Amino acid sequence: MSYKIIVFVKQVPDTQNITGEAMKPDGTVNRAALPAIFNPEDLNALELALQLKDRYGAKVVVGTMGPPNAAEVLRESLYRGADEAVLLTDRAFAGADTLATSYALSCCAKKIGDFDLILCGRQAIDGDTAQVGPQLAEKLNLPQISYVQEVLELDKRHVKARREIDGGYEILEVKLPALMTVINANEPRPQNGRRLMKYKKARTASELAKDHANANYTDAEALAAEQENLAERGLMIYEWTAADAKADPERIGLKGSPTKVKNIQNVILKASESKMIDPTAQGISQLMHELISDHTLG
Amino acid sequence: MAEKIGNVWVFIEQEGGKIADVSLELVCKGRELANRLGVKTEGLLIGDKLSHCVDTLYHYGCDTVYLVEDPRLEPFTVLPFAKVIMDMIKAHKPNILLFGATHKGRELGPRVASEKLAGLTADCTDLQIDDFDDKVNKQFYKDKLMQIRPAFGGNIIATIVNTWDDPQMVTVREGVMKMTEPDTSRKGKLVNVKPELTDAEMVIKVIERIREEKAVNLKGAQIIVAGGYGVGGKENFKLVYDLAEALGAEVAASRAAVDAGWIDHDHQVGQTGVTVRPKLYIACGISGSVQHRAGMDESLKIIAINTDPGAPIFSVAHYGIVGDLNTVVPLMIKAFKAKV
Repeated sequence: MSYKIIVFVKQVPDTQNITGEAMKPDGTVNRAALPAIFNPEDLNALELALQLKDRYGAKVVVGTMGPPNAAEVLRESLYRGADEAVLLTDRAFAGADTLATSYALSCCAKKIGDFDLILCGRQAIDGDTAQVGPQLAEKLNLPQISYVQEVLELDKRHVKARREIDGGYEILEVKLPALMTVINANEPRPQNGRRLMKYKKARTASELAKDHANANYTDAEALAAEQENLAERGLMIYEWTAADAKADPERIGLKGSPTKVKNIQNVILKASESKMIDPTAQGISQLMHELISDHTLG
Repeated sequence: MAEKIGNVWVFIEQEGGKIADVSLELVCKGRELANRLGVKTEGLLIGDKLSHCVDTLYHYGCDTVYLVEDPRLEPFTVLPFAKVIMDMIKAHKPNILLFGATHKGRELGPRVASEKLAGLTADCTDLQIDDFDDKVNKQFYKDKLMQIRPAFGGNIIATIVNTWDDPQMVTVREGVMKMTEPDTSRKGKLVNVKPELTDAEMVIKVIERIREEKAVNLKGAQIIVAGGYGVGGKENFKLVYDLAEALGAEVAASRAAVDAGWIDHDHQVGQTGVTVRPKLYIACGISGSVQHRAGMDESLKIIAINTDPGAPIFSVAHYGIVGDLNTVVPLMIKAFKAKV
């Protein structure tokens, strides 16, 4: 356990595989109907962290900011090989843009503390901004390597990584601690069956309280005892509010966000005047003739 | 606001002393925004031995070029570039700062915005100047930069406004802003800047750097023949190449075909690839996801060939051919050769 690696992940609506059921009759997307998934490139970041754990020995702590049900991606991380998980959750975080998000995550990283590396996916598929990684690096005053494909070497003082650039690649070396954003360049390992059996019991404190309430069983002492029991077995997912992370209330959520959305327009399939052409020699010959005579071709 | 508003700045990206197309596109767009606001267009040219680039920037529309040269600024690493830009922002207080949404722009922009505590909008596809009446916070902002971008995998288009103090920063997608003809008689003012760099910015070491110019030039192509998952396999892409060769076209592809390993990523059109607007775009076996259409639906003419009459690509096509491309494409080649 010589290194400590934090991986920040995000639960996102699956915007890439939009099926008919998620489309409203007016041709726009029903965002609420999209399934919530583990952001794809965050899985690549987790995989890279787990590879480093296999190669060099490391403790991998996964963190996410989100609503209470974002604990799902944390459990999924534990199934794949992460050691600990932190859910940063508070209504006060809602409406954050990338600046407020990176600030909140920087508070979370400071509370986790004592890390050698922070890994994030390059970007999340709901916004595709790729901004939070570099902003988080700046907030923590860390050097960053963006678009990382693989880590070539890690020693107590440096990390050497290969990363994508426009039209090629670079090999960069930086001092630790450092932050890297990871692209889709590795094959995330599947969930491990034994870990799944163990960690499916992992809970945040609120989830545990909810389980008890659902079972119509609200004995505070029993709850505390069970929480202690889970913690001893490494099955408690840390749950931190803005105050727990010592985040300045002025710098989080909507308040801490300089960018405001003025309006949102749904993309509607344009019903253009399309002319159907017969897939026959004659139909196609006429089409080519038309394109040549209006100077599109030739 | 009685105070004079700042100028429009463009981060000029260069590689080996060659200015990136997206930076020239942004100088043209920056010029338009600056004219609307009654301010200057200024370029930020950072690297080493770049004085030969300056005239080109005047020709495309820069009033001023800040030339920041230092051997430590070549090759590009993010920390010293961010330091230089931060120092320049503090000294001159620009109103707007534009970056290309390239690898460099997308790692540099957020680093600077975070330190400046400024808003930053990624991957804009349009920029306009307009007022913003923030009814929720009862604030009225005059002449703000409307930052327009697709979100949610391209399923929505959002207009975003940066309400904090300047600069209003954005990254802009390559190929979406139109490059206007350069005016070689235009002149501007050169300001040489000596950067103040310390060891703290020099902690990223470049051990090796391999790059080559892209072999495909989709952005400049007049005619594009694109293949998607419906092409069916790597060998069958030959059909797409054959048609392109016959028509004098470039070959492009959808993400599905690239992900399947049938063709290189340089050929990808769409949200995570290149945006194109050729005279003619022929989509072969492309279903037409929102992400793909975002990169090609401004083509002047679109022909879609697909076996599925319900494929979304037909909704943006001017000519639709419901049929098997294995028969349709050879017929097109034959018909074209017979006509010319």
